[in-house]
Amino acid sequence: MPVVNGLSFEVEDGELFALLGPSGCGKTTALRLIGGFMRQDQGTISFDGRLLAGDGVFVTPEKRGIGFVFQDYALFPHLTVAQNIAFGLRKEKPATKQERTDEVLKLVGMEGFEERLPHALSGGQQQRVALARALAPRPRLLLLDEPFSNLDAYFRNEMRDNVRAILKEEGITAVLVTHDQEEALLFADRVAVMQSGRIDQIGTPEEIYMTPRTLFVAQFMGQTNLVLTHAHGTTAESVLGKLTLHRPAEGMVLVAIRPEHFSIRPTADHPDAMEAKVLERSFKGHDITYRVQVGPVDCLVHTHNREPFAPGDTVFVRALEPAVVLDKAGV
Amino acid sequence: MSVAPGLRDFRWYLWGPALLVAIGVLVPLGYLVVRAFEGDASELSRLVFRARNARLLGNTLGLTAGVLVLTSVIAFPLAWLVARTDIRGKRFLTLLGVLPLAVPGYVMAYALMASTGTSGLLSAMHLPRPSGYVGAWLALSLYTSPYLFLNLRAALLGLDPSLEDAARSLGYSNREVARYVVIPHLRPAFFAGGLLIALHVLGDFGVVSLMRFETFSYAIYLQYAAAFDRVYAAWLALMLLSVTGAILILEMRLVQGRRYERTGSGAARHSQMSALGRWRIPAYGFVGLVGSAGVLLPVITVLHWLGRGTQRSHWNDLLHALIDSCSAALPAAFIAVALALPIAYLGVRKPSKRSRVAERIAYLGYATPPLAFALAFIFFTLRTAPFLYQSLGLLIIAYALHFLAEAIGPVRSALYQAPARIHEAARSLGRSPLRAFFDGTFPLLRGGLGVSMAFVFLSALKELPITFLLSPIGFRSLAMGVWGAAGESLFSVAAPYALVLMATSSIIVWLLLRDDRNRSLKPFG
Repeated sequence: MPVVNGLSFEVEDGELFALLGPSGCGKTTALRLIGGFMRQDQGTISFDGRLLAGDGVFVTPEKRGIGFVFQDYALFPHLTVAQNIAFGLRKEKPATKQERTDEVLKLVGMEGFEERLPHALSGGQQQRVALARALAPRPRLLLLDEPFSNLDAYFRNEMRDNVRAILKEEGITAVLVTHDQEEALLFADRVAVMQSGRIDQIGTPEEIYMTPRTLFVAQFMGQTNLVLTHAHGTTAESVLGKLTLHRPAEGMVLVAIRPEHFSIRPTADHPDAMEAKVLERSFKGHDITYRVQVGPVDCLVHTHNREPFAPGDTVFVRALEPAVVLDKAGV
Repeated sequence: MSVAPGLRDFRWYLWGPALLVAIGVLVPLGYLVVRAFEGDASELSRLVFRARNARLLGNTLGLTAGVLVLTSVIAFPLAWLVARTDIRGKRFLTLLGVLPLAVPGYVMAYALMASTGTSGLLSAMHLPRPSGYVGAWLALSLYTSPYLFLNLRAALLGLDPSLEDAARSLGYSNREVARYVVIPHLRPAFFAGGLLIALHVLGDFGVVSLMRFETFSYAIYLQYAAAFDRVYAAWLALMLLSVTGAILILEMRLVQGRRYERTGSGAARHSQMSALGRWRIPAYGFVGLVGSAGVLLPVITVLHWLGRGTQRSHWNDLLHALIDSCSAALPAAFIAVALALPIAYLGVRKPSKRSRVAERIAYLGYATPPLAFALAFIFFTLRTAPFLYQSLGLLIIAYALHFLAEAIGPVRSALYQAPARIHEAARSLGRSPLRAFFDGTFPLLRGGLGVSMAFVFLSALKELPITFLLSPIGFRSLAMGVWGAAGESLFSVAAPYALVLMATSSIIVWLLLRDDRNRSLKPFG
């Protein structure tokens, strides 16, 4: 079984691209192939019009000019922060080296830490030095392997926004590998969702979230309601009543509707609204999730309004957005 | 509320043994100094500023340096082959790299002497019988190389492969990665292994005396045994101690302030193995050469001489020597472990400045060259308790104190693995601290204690110079059997002793390799 198979994607200049998938889906392998730390059996990898690997060609990692930020940062423990950053600048003149080191240190907000050893830094600081080290030789492409996963939650968000801002400012093309869908959505311009060695869907964060192509993508990107419907053109009949579809389909299709794409009301305010019974209420602070029974099926509904329904109440639910038709292959 | 460690934590059953060790190690060394300063000033300055001392210093340091070079030449390629290439039979090769540890230095010297010359195994090759510097250099290098090999191998296996990937993504070629990333990371392993080797060379007596190469150790022995000049012997011992101290300090300086462990916390991958390609045959040739010199040569030499006829009376002598050896080594092992347990416990469960000092003193006893250690005990007992002089009891105590550091290591590892919560659970169920320890923690330490005991027992069995100076009259250990016979070129008489020693010492190798295949040998713990 190949770890990755039939993987194909292109990253635009200056784009932040995320490979998203559960652990073991082959996303790190894909990244290591691009970096040149592994060789693929078939297919080609090109960068900026130059063939890097495949068709009998293999450019070694040190000749690719591609930066890499490792999950465990991989700072050289025997070198200071400044020496770590200057590690990739050894062919520069001493003055240039110094200047560039200072520049990237400032970029990541680590001035004053030049003489520290990596062990004397916190996880977030190590992360920033690792980024600075990778950025110092001005790579045209930066690969980031789960760079935020070793940070605690609060710090993770801050670092992610920080790194994104730096990459955008410097106009660097980057490929990020992550298993955290929120991170991929917040960080990337485009996301490729992977499972078992192949890509299910590539698109902008909005496309991926709003119109998942497969069942896997729909479920991986967050909670969703799945309904079998009988489709005819852009409408379908289902146990949730009459649904509008996001694209035309015929016959039995599986559709997905996100819980927040429902309205929930005490009275029938629309002809398509379906009567339902509240089964369960989960108060989560900024919103409430109700599990309601519509006909024979359970359905999740997120709502921001504070209408105080309780289990047993009768309510009326209605889909506000078109239901997303999922590929049959993905079912 | 505040929690301050105070005298409340001062428990006699923990600190008592630690105090005994401190007295047992430091006071005799003090007497060495006292003895050295006896005699009038003019004579002292004549003794200290002798040209001979400079020559001894040169010989000792020259031998140490030579052994460090040759062990590096053996251990570096071997460790790299085993850890980083696609060579086959890695387990076997690792064993080959470690097995010379089962050959005590003087047995290695015996093997070199007995296999060459006119009647030796290799007589057809017309090799000159090694002696002097070359002989000592070869024997010591062959038998100490495992210390460097094991440490380098562990360092190579433990190297975080993403560091190498990082260097490559920053534009470094394979060769440059080796130079700027891999080699710097081997420094601590090299220093740790090198220090062990240097301590062995400085403390060695068996090899240099058989090869008749005058180092400090050999001169101390000549001075004590032949010339009976105790004051000069004390001075030589002090000089040897200073050299040892200087090397310890040098090693500390070199390692200080540098950290080499991985900084990250993610799971490490394994390094990629490089293909040997056309280097495969030279690699096997190298391994074959090292293996035949360090392992095959002593084994075959011993068997060769064994086959050339050993009389029945020799077997009786052998049995006698085995009993003598065990009569000292077994009690020493028990005492060492009994002393090691509280010291290790203090170090792990109640770490403080005081507990660190206790451990350091144990290590000091281990690092002290055995001849100087034994000489200090002689001066001490002659002054304070003459009835102990040349008694079995003193020999046992000296063994226990000298090899205490070997016992602390395994006990400490076992303590780290025994959860402290178990002790607290036992306390909360109504046990007193001591009872809680013996009912809760102690059963978990049994494995570690067993290993400690084996280490001390086997080390004491092999020990030559301490035995030589401190043993009671008529006492003849296995080590003395090999050494005495080999010194008189009675190679077939020495063979059975050498065989028994190699067999028992291979248990040490087995213990070393048993738990952790990536284990490194730290000089201290």
